[in-house]
Amino acid sequence: MRNTFAEALYREATANPDIYVVVADISPAGNMARFATEFPGRFINVGVAEQSMIGICAGLALKGCRPFAYTIATFALYRPFEMVRDDLCYQNLPVTVVGMGAGVIYSTLGGTHHAQEDIAIAGAVPNMQIIAPCDPAECMEATRWCARQNVGPVYLRIGKAGEPVLTGTAEPWVFGKLRYLRRGRDVCILTHGCIAKLAAEVADRLEARGRSVSLVSAHTLKPLDREGIAEALRHHPSVIVIEEHAPLGGLAAQTKEIAWDVQAGCRLDAFTLQDRFIHNYGSWEDLLDAHGLSVEQILARVA
Amino acid sequence: MSSMTRHAEQFDAKAARARCRRYRRRILDISQKVPALHIGGAFSCTEMVDVIYNALMRRRANGAPSPDTIVMSKGHGCIIQYVILEHLGVLNRADLDAYCTPTGRLGVHPDYGNPGIEASTGALGHGLAMAVGMALAERGRGTGGIVYVVLSDGELQEGSTWEAVLMASSLGLSNIVAFLDNNDFQSLGRTSRTHPTFYPVSDKLRAFGWEAVEVDGHDGAALFSAVAHREASCPLMVVGRTTKGKGVSYMENEPIWHYRSPSPEEYRRAVVELEATLQ
Repeated sequence: MRNTFAEALYREATANPDIYVVVADISPAGNMARFATEFPGRFINVGVAEQSMIGICAGLALKGCRPFAYTIATFALYRPFEMVRDDLCYQNLPVTVVGMGAGVIYSTLGGTHHAQEDIAIAGAVPNMQIIAPCDPAECMEATRWCARQNVGPVYLRIGKAGEPVLTGTAEPWVFGKLRYLRRGRDVCILTHGCIAKLAAEVADRLEARGRSVSLVSAHTLKPLDREGIAEALRHHPSVIVIEEHAPLGGLAAQTKEIAWDVQAGCRLDAFTLQDRFIHNYGSWEDLLDAHGLSVEQILARVA
Repeated sequence: MSSMTRHAEQFDAKAARARCRRYRRRILDISQKVPALHIGGAFSCTEMVDVIYNALMRRRANGAPSPDTIVMSKGHGCIIQYVILEHLGVLNRADLDAYCTPTGRLGVHPDYGNPGIEASTGALGHGLAMAVGMALAERGRGTGGIVYVVLSDGELQEGSTWEAVLMASSLGLSNIVAFLDNNDFQSLGRTSRTHPTFYPVSDKLRAFGWEAVEVDGHDGAALFSAVAHREASCPLMVVGRTTKGKGVSYMENEPIWHYRSPSPEEYRRAVVELEATLQ
């Protein structure tokens, strides 16, 4: 996904001289190196200094530029949080904060590198928009949108590498709207980000058991497509949320709020990261499994 | 550049003193309407902000915005910015009269979107990094725009300020001109007592690749001269030795005037002193 992000950003920068990327000591994967070589004046490495990364992006945007702040999710959002809040959100500037490797993708690096609660934190701040693309193709669309939008700050939550394409035959990507990757009648699975891969496997297994399944990428977490979610709750007897985020303030929590608001009559199951630090190591799948997020654990609860 | 005048070659010190007296008086007048000022910190940087607006920032002949920018990183001193913007006709009298009231749009700290306010500040340690981004954009576009920043000495304790100090020199941003309002006070007392080894500050800035000049921060001509004669090959910090509450004896170096507004009797005394001492 990060390579796709770099590819999309490079393309946008070729056409728009106001695109800057301000990175905090992160290795330039894929076309990011090409960006740095071809546009050296617009590729700024602040080093290990994330507060200045955000402040500099704010200054660039105050002068009409379209900057992207780019580093590992925890360091992009948590370390410089007051700069994100005051410089970007309070001033409502079109800066994209790219949180790479969000969730527990850095599965062997421990809690310092896990962005488990980033959507809740970013989403609590007025003016902030949040996008979590579910695959590289969606990441391409989202990056392009971020480069061209003039609305305000965006937290773009992306994965790292190796995510499969899930949206090949899906309907077009539209900011702020749910995107159905497949449509069914019995069950609706709402998901976002890299864990969409696991959600797709759950959908496959449910279909193998004869259920008709909708699979939805809720890529825009803020503003959330509340109307779209209300409709999904109305039209499916069972709705399942699968997300790689803490139970507080993410898609699952908000779906429950909406379900109450619309007095939804469907069954609603939520599968999220737990509200605790997991001191386990291993693969990304191992970490998710330790939090209760595996195909088998999910199927055991919804079957 | 024909429609743009470069900053003045000469500095009219007498006119500047008259302006600064007028600005301080206006702030005292406002203090009798609403108790939401930071008089001490505004009076310590009055001459600096006056020099930036009235002598350094270039004006376009047709009244279009200056190509130069000012960022009030010490946002709590922004009442001085308001009274100067009022003087320049960017803000109107009604704006200042409604300062910190429900019908107005001006609060204690600069709020981006208000006329003449180019960045929101208030939390310390934010302004210099934003100035770095602005200066980078100006350089990228070849506009020749200079970014002026006013910093407090307290906010030099913020690590984020030093990230930006380092970035400004690493990027070779010679279009940043910063003023340090070195009044030696923060809320809990003298900054030099909090961190004795931090002083002199100029050495640290030079070690980080800046040009640093120390002057009397209440001497407009000296402040102007420091900028007019800068090397312009790297960012500049004009370290102004200042007195918190300058101009009113009982406010000078008294931390309480970071927050307090004068009573009617104190106001009367302040006005008398101001008119007498700054002739």
